[in-house]
Amino acid sequence: MNKNHRVPSNRSLSAVEVKSKFGAEFRRFSLDRSKPGRFDEFYGLLQHVHRIPNVELLVGYADVHGDLLPINNDDNYHKAITTASPLLRLFLQRKEEADYTTFGTDSLTRKKNTVLSAVLLRPDTNRKKTPVIISLPRDFRPVSSIIDVDILPETHRRVRLYKHGQEKPLGFYIRDGSSVRVTPQGLEKVPGIFISRMVPGGLAESTGLLAVNDEVLEVNGIEVAGKSLDQVTDMMIANSHNLIITVKPANQRNNVVRSGGGGGASGSSGRSSDSGASYYGYSSQGGVAAAVSMPSHIIQNFPVGELESDEEDEDLVIEAGGEAEPIRRAPSNYSMPTLPRYEPHLNLRNANARRSLEEDGTVITL
Amino acid sequence: MMKFRFRRQGTDPQREKIKQELFAFNKTVEHGFPHQPSALAFDPKLQLMAIGTKSGAIKVYGAPGVEFTGLHKDTTAVTQIHFLPGQGRLLSLLDDNTIYLWELVAGAPREVVTLLHFLHPLLLLSATRVTVLLLLRSCDLLCIGTEGGGVYFLELPRLTLKDSQTLGEVLDSEAFLPDDYRCGKSLGPVESLQEHPQQPGKILIGYSRGLVVLWDLSTRQVEQLFLGKQQLESLVWERSGNLFVSSHNDGGYSVWTVTNGNTCNQQPVSSTIPYGPFPCKAINKILWRTTQTGSPVLLYSGGMPRASYGDRHCLTIQQDKEHVTLDFTSRVIDFFTVHSIEQEKEFDEPSALVVLLEEELVVIDLQNPGWPSLPTPYLAPLHSSAITCSFHISSVPPKLWERLVNAGKAQQGRQHAHGSWPICGGKNLAPPPKQQELLLTGHEDGTVRFWDASGVALTPLYKLGTANVFHTDCDPCDDPQDPSNDPDMQQEEEWPPFRKVGCFDPYSDDPRLGIQKISLCKYSNKLVVAGTAGQVIVLGLSDERSDHMVDVSVVDLLQDREGFTWKGHDRLEPRLKPAPFPPGFQPLVLVQCLPPASVTAVALHAEWNLISFGTSHGFGLFDYHRRNAVLARCTLHPNDSLAMEGPLSRVKSLKKSLRQSFRRIRKSRVSGKKRTITTPTSKVQEANAALAEQEDVAPVQRRIEPRSADDSLSGVVRCLCFADTFLRDGTHHGPTLWAGTNSGSVYAYALEVPGVGSGRACERGGAGESSVCVEAVLGKEIQLMHRAPVVSICVLDGRGKPLPDPYEASQDLAIAPDMTNAHSVLIASEEQLKVFSLPKVSAKTKFKLTAHEGCRVRKVALVAFSSTAQEDYSEHTLVCLTNLGDMHLFNIPALRPQVRYDCIRKEDISGIASCVFTKNGQGFYLISPSEYERFSLSAKVITEPLCSVQLDRPLEPTPALQGSPPLACCSRSLCGFLPLTGQTEEPPSALSSPILDTPLDSPLSCADLTLDSTGELTVEDVRDFLTTVDEAENNLKNIKEEEGRSTGILIN
Repeated sequence: MNKNHRVPSNRSLSAVEVKSKFGAEFRRFSLDRSKPGRFDEFYGLLQHVHRIPNVELLVGYADVHGDLLPINNDDNYHKAITTASPLLRLFLQRKEEADYTTFGTDSLTRKKNTVLSAVLLRPDTNRKKTPVIISLPRDFRPVSSIIDVDILPETHRRVRLYKHGQEKPLGFYIRDGSSVRVTPQGLEKVPGIFISRMVPGGLAESTGLLAVNDEVLEVNGIEVAGKSLDQVTDMMIANSHNLIITVKPANQRNNVVRSGGGGGASGSSGRSSDSGASYYGYSSQGGVAAAVSMPSHIIQNFPVGELESDEEDEDLVIEAGGEAEPIRRAPSNYSMPTLPRYEPHLNLRNANARRSLEEDGTVITL
Repeated sequence: MMKFRFRRQGTDPQREKIKQELFAFNKTVEHGFPHQPSALAFDPKLQLMAIGTKSGAIKVYGAPGVEFTGLHKDTTAVTQIHFLPGQGRLLSLLDDNTIYLWELVAGAPREVVTLLHFLHPLLLLSATRVTVLLLLRSCDLLCIGTEGGGVYFLELPRLTLKDSQTLGEVLDSEAFLPDDYRCGKSLGPVESLQEHPQQPGKILIGYSRGLVVLWDLSTRQVEQLFLGKQQLESLVWERSGNLFVSSHNDGGYSVWTVTNGNTCNQQPVSSTIPYGPFPCKAINKILWRTTQTGSPVLLYSGGMPRASYGDRHCLTIQQDKEHVTLDFTSRVIDFFTVHSIEQEKEFDEPSALVVLLEEELVVIDLQNPGWPSLPTPYLAPLHSSAITCSFHISSVPPKLWERLVNAGKAQQGRQHAHGSWPICGGKNLAPPPKQQELLLTGHEDGTVRFWDASGVALTPLYKLGTANVFHTDCDPCDDPQDPSNDPDMQQEEEWPPFRKVGCFDPYSDDPRLGIQKISLCKYSNKLVVAGTAGQVIVLGLSDERSDHMVDVSVVDLLQDREGFTWKGHDRLEPRLKPAPFPPGFQPLVLVQCLPPASVTAVALHAEWNLISFGTSHGFGLFDYHRRNAVLARCTLHPNDSLAMEGPLSRVKSLKKSLRQSFRRIRKSRVSGKKRTITTPTSKVQEANAALAEQEDVAPVQRRIEPRSADDSLSGVVRCLCFADTFLRDGTHHGPTLWAGTNSGSVYAYALEVPGVGSGRACERGGAGESSVCVEAVLGKEIQLMHRAPVVSICVLDGRGKPLPDPYEASQDLAIAPDMTNAHSVLIASEEQLKVFSLPKVSAKTKFKLTAHEGCRVRKVALVAFSSTAQEDYSEHTLVCLTNLGDMHLFNIPALRPQVRYDCIRKEDISGIASCVFTKNGQGFYLISPSEYERFSLSAKVITEPLCSVQLDRPLEPTPALQGSPPLACCSRSLCGFLPLTGQTEEPPSALSSPILDTPLDSPLSCADLTLDSTGELTVEDVRDFLTTVDEAENNLKNIKEEEGRSTGILIN
């Protein structure tokens, strides 16, 4: 089971004491910090110790700041274990809301979803609108990431848009055009596909990773050279639930500079938005500059990056991707450890969070 | 992520070999009537007919099954074709003033020499445009009449200009010509050139201004002059050469005698305007044929009174008192008679008249009294009413075949004489088909036509009308079914004595009658046709005429869904009184869907007596044995309001809009009668058409958005299928119904059919079978995540083979399906192919075609391919036609790509939409509204022309060509033509082998082409005569430039 879990050894208390509360009942037990196992085993263990084998649970824990954070996948489970000092306090709740099956980062539920049940994937509409407390894990989902920075030429950018369960439209248009290539014979004009328009408020625009006049080079790993506009359209739509576009940005000034040093800043910005207008970015320290409506504003002149988002009127989005990708180890599932935090803490904990991420070696994915 | 790469099967040589034995792509035959014909010719010696088209194709037809095709490299209209009788060669004149010489060779017809670029297109002088060609009977001289009035002579077959003989200046200088006949300096365009029938070397030259000159080639002198008063249209000799007839612009014709010694003839013997006295249109062409019995037969096109019938397309046949005006529905292109050509015979004795119209070929039997029309064994006008759908049945049981043939004969017997087909050149060498194949076409006017598709010639077998099930504005029974009945009565009162001929009729009484879907069970002879107004008709085959009422059921597919109002057309009114139904397929039950939207899918299971049908609103299941509706299910999404707007909503339905545009084209082409029936839908159509055009103009930009449930028309049912399989559990199989929608939903129902299925169904059925009804229980609902339209659903048995058709298993006509191992279901959406296991419906294999290739699935078929090497080896393969027009073949159930072929141009959306596959690896698609291209994906099953023609000439390359590389052939069928003189002469290998090596339609085949010196010389010579010095230099420059670019350019 615990074959290749990368667990930090610096905080090496061998055992983690766990206090688990369900309703009025408490259970206490301990876990091996170096071998925490996987989340679903842990989940089973909880059900076992509480003798509630068939009850669906929401698992939360109190982090160092006293916030209640969810545990719903391996990554935040590991995070909870590693940050527990020394006691890990758990709070269990019944999963009462029927809409919990909503697709999210919850790997447990995800597994139950087959393609067939995609009917269920339609996010349920009455969930949002409550002025949200950032808490429940299902509200956190990666919306975009820059990937493969290490293997792509610096002039290119590979962007992943996570459409799953989003209410937002992808929100961009493509067109035919021509680009200039350098060939042994000199410059040559070749036909190409370009982003022609962004829909305000759409996913593409909100990520700021794509901009008008960016040239589309690949769609989910398949080169578009030689393909017609309609073909590329069809390919993008066919991959729309998990679209990976490699572009050559029209604005080359914001390219990732790889030499910037391995582990870079990661920015995750969570943005809540009760009503819109506000967006939050890290304005201070080496954070990510987030741009909202003008894609050309995005500056990512430091290693990595990405991230940022927009205001959206109902949904909370926490971008997970915000991790550098020093070396990609196992391409883990993209359901990334989201780091749910309350807004006020963001800046405070930024460095902290970053360090621990690095320690964890959690990776973004692809 | 990189695993997305096109999965490649290892290049297992063993597998590659098997693939070669199974798959091969060939376009084999074109069925139907050539689109936009523009020229016609007949070789009386070989009995071959040639038709040229506006797109530059030449098709040669002989006896049924004998056909050849050639394609000019340019898509320039062929304006004239002339056979070199008996030689298997022909000359074609194109619209761009070029002349090509073609010959039939072993393998295919091919271009031999292409003569002159008469002039470089840029330098075209009006004076030098070629107007007419005349090939002398000796076949060694070609006379070319031009617009400028000059007549030039070319030697054949080298096509070199005889510079010593140019006629024009000679005549110009004839001082005695009245000035009326001059057009400036020259005599005006040459309208007609005709060789004297008895005295070779004398030609009649007719100028447009009415002047006719009899010219003697040997003495180079004018023998006689005839001064016509009217503008000339055409000339024809009488067989004896004693007189000739000219036809004129004013609708009249004149008869002139040719008597020696009289050099200038002012007056014709007689002059007649047959449809006068009011102004008439021109008689474009006239023929004068003598008969033994007395009066000559006079045939001419046009000449109708301008005001009253100026818009009719007519051809008149006249002999003595007999006078018939054939009234066609489309323009007359050209016509000829088949008559005796032996010199010693005294009379022409015409046996048949062949008329090429814009939309069909009509043949009139001139030997039988009344001049009845003959059924054509090929060149059938498929599009007599626009084709709306098609369906193919292979291996038709002989019994059904016979009954269909009989029913068809009964229909034809009333209309056609039983004369023999007059064009019977060549010999069909194709073996008789091993099995009979039927192609069913559904038409806009509510008819279903049954075609014999077993061989090269697509022949009509039987025509089924469905309009008589309904009460329509113009009741079909009031219409004269038989056009030959009426004219007899009309003859007395009406002048001209019109007779409607031909079957091309683009006007539909009611667009709601259009057929959308067809399904036929060949074992039980049950046919289901479904149409535009939600009508689904179940028909049975009967050999007796019958008057009966048709049972009518209405199925409400909305199922009390609220908030929808149907804004489309009304449903058709069923006929209330019993209608007479002729032998053939007779309607039993009519099911009408509500709302009456067009039927988008049907399925028939004759063994269970069930039909299922789907529209844009839902689908229904009907038991036609007990006459009760079993199930109606609404598939509408609540947000989908467009579905209610009518049959044609704004949603991009390319198929439909294309069909509309075809209709528009046709409307504009067929001038004349205007249809101004304002149906409720016509406004919607117009609006939609306007909208569609707007869309075209919009800047090319595509929105990237996943499909959502809110997309309009998401509820359209795209496919339906019955299967006996495991839906509830893995141990009991039973009847099931599957339906797939436009938004990627699949509904699977378990059916309880009394007396069918294992387990429960039987037990219950035992209680009292007659009282038990069919029941349907929803078993599974599947939503494909990508929400792409479901194109096809098919259940595979335990061995991964498709289930056999109804009756095949129970009657031991096919290998019984494997019911012991787990079944699976293959669901093909526009984006993905997927196999799910049953009954759990978990995904087993898939292929994401769109994600990889950027193309979408349009048509899917499961085809059994047999091997060329092993007699009994065959594989079931999934054939996918995509929106790019290419065919992808996948094995099942593993869904591994096997081969890919480019088949249809991706711009040809109607072609892609019309494609149907046969069960053994062939297919058909429309290349024009009137033609099916037949293709084969199988290496074994190929239907292509195999024929021979006995020629006068040895099968040698023409002398002019010796030493030069053979020119590439432009034929589609490589082995379609066998050695002509039969088995005695081997075709020279130098000739045949390069042809066989040349890839079809390859651009290389043009590039290789080098022109022999003859061609170049020819061009220069011609230039000298026809251009001024400056132009000549220009010309030379042009030619040199062209030579620099490509050696083949002169041919273009």
